[in-house]
Amino acid sequence: MKNVIIIDYQLGNLYSVKQACDTVGINAKISCQKDDILNADALILPGVGAFNEAMSNLKKLNLDEAIIQKVKSGIPIFGICLGLQLLFTESEEFEAGKGLDLISGVIKRFPELYQNRKIRVPQIAWNTIYKHDQDWKKTALKEIKNNEFMYFIHSYYVEPIDKNNILTQTNYDGVEFCSSVNYQNIFATQFHPEKSSDKGISIYKNWALIYNLI
Amino acid sequence: MKALRIIPRLDIKGPNLVKGIHLEGLRVLGKPADFAKFYYEEGADELLFMDVVASLYERNSLHDIISETAKKIFIPITVGGGLRTIKDIKDVLRVGADKICLNTAAINNPNLIKEASRMFGSSTIVIAIEAIKEADGKYLAYTDNGREYTGIDVFEWAQKIDELGAGEIVITSVDKEGTGQGYDLDLVTKISNLVSIPVIAHGGAGNKEHIVDVLSKGVVSSAMISSLFHYHFIKENESKGSTLEGNVEFLNQKRNFHTFKPCRIIDVKNSLIENKIECRI
Repeated sequence: MKNVIIIDYQLGNLYSVKQACDTVGINAKISCQKDDILNADALILPGVGAFNEAMSNLKKLNLDEAIIQKVKSGIPIFGICLGLQLLFTESEEFEAGKGLDLISGVIKRFPELYQNRKIRVPQIAWNTIYKHDQDWKKTALKEIKNNEFMYFIHSYYVEPIDKNNILTQTNYDGVEFCSSVNYQNIFATQFHPEKSSDKGISIYKNWALIYNLI
Repeated sequence: MKALRIIPRLDIKGPNLVKGIHLEGLRVLGKPADFAKFYYEEGADELLFMDVVASLYERNSLHDIISETAKKIFIPITVGGGLRTIKDIKDVLRVGADKICLNTAAINNPNLIKEASRMFGSSTIVIAIEAIKEADGKYLAYTDNGREYTGIDVFEWAQKIDELGAGEIVITSVDKEGTGQGYDLDLVTKISNLVSIPVIAHGGAGNKEHIVDVLSKGVVSSAMISSLFHYHFIKENESKGSTLEGNVEFLNQKRNFHTFKPCRIIDVKNSLIENKIECRI
């Protein structure tokens, strides 16, 4: 049986990620141990919380290098929300520092004003995801229809340098942003599939099926 | 396009789902898990669980209910009631809450908002404001389910909450809560215009038109609803509460619902769509 590690950097709710894995039959374990990561067949990098805090916890636990090494060796990784952002190069925010730099790009905060309209930050909403240039038939989104609602909760979003990495986009009060990426063995979503009802759970299932994890 | 959220609120006392009027006079309506499952299947966008007596007795007994619910319900869950410290917050996030809701503790120690937002991210921290309109027309914030006077002006407090880094505000009109007379539109509009974070309107929904009213203003991001949906549930289902805590008379007698026109989540969403208000169906 393939073993999947849900990376625990001691912040936020990992419980629902674990429940989503259990529901679709992924053999997942929550761990903050470097050895578990080094022995994993696949990784899930979840995320709630602050970027700084998360990166500094990953470093303190000696997990950052282990994650980079494993992903570069080709094992699948599934990033969620802050977990997506951590895969990128750096945050534009003052003193926010570097990410894991597995995908080139920056993390930006939603503006407070857009075309003279107030934008409420964080975005806490169900919002639609729609296609960019990549075809998502062969990705974990295969059962998801174009313009399906997913649950978002975030103040920051990623901007990949290579636009080909973008899998879906979403529009929040006029600001169009990258809501998921698919790049080699990396699949990551800004939204929370484990909080997006049965449609979101199908994403866990299809991700696991693509990589023969179940 | 983003959807406006419909959030059923589940007030919990011990093992039971309860409902009061003006947050008082709690009646037992049944088992929280039954309601949560039903609302999930009906298309709720999120659930809020509030331990309504936790602040009073300094306890938080919600952990089991949350972890049980989060096993099968894949929508966001916010949990509040009696959370006082960073450790309390961490514990409740660990058992499956996605967001936490503070009122009393935030008023007693506003710095907790700052500390918790920095640690868990702004979007995890929801602040509840319980507002009562005084005789002179001022709105003041209360704690402990509208029981404790603080003398704090709700509009000043809302701005401070925003500055301290919270992610969202739930504004409850204690005067309207449980009455079915409609939301306090002035209150929610004014709060929402003063802050840069999303605002959830709570207190007063007695029929689906009230929800259309509050969401059509374009100022709040969500409507929180309890009686309207709960009464539909107990009307249509065999609901049994535990007699361990609280008054089960109301439930057993199947009394009428006075000003309320109980309805389903889908009825509300259909009305929203007819009125061109974006929501998730």
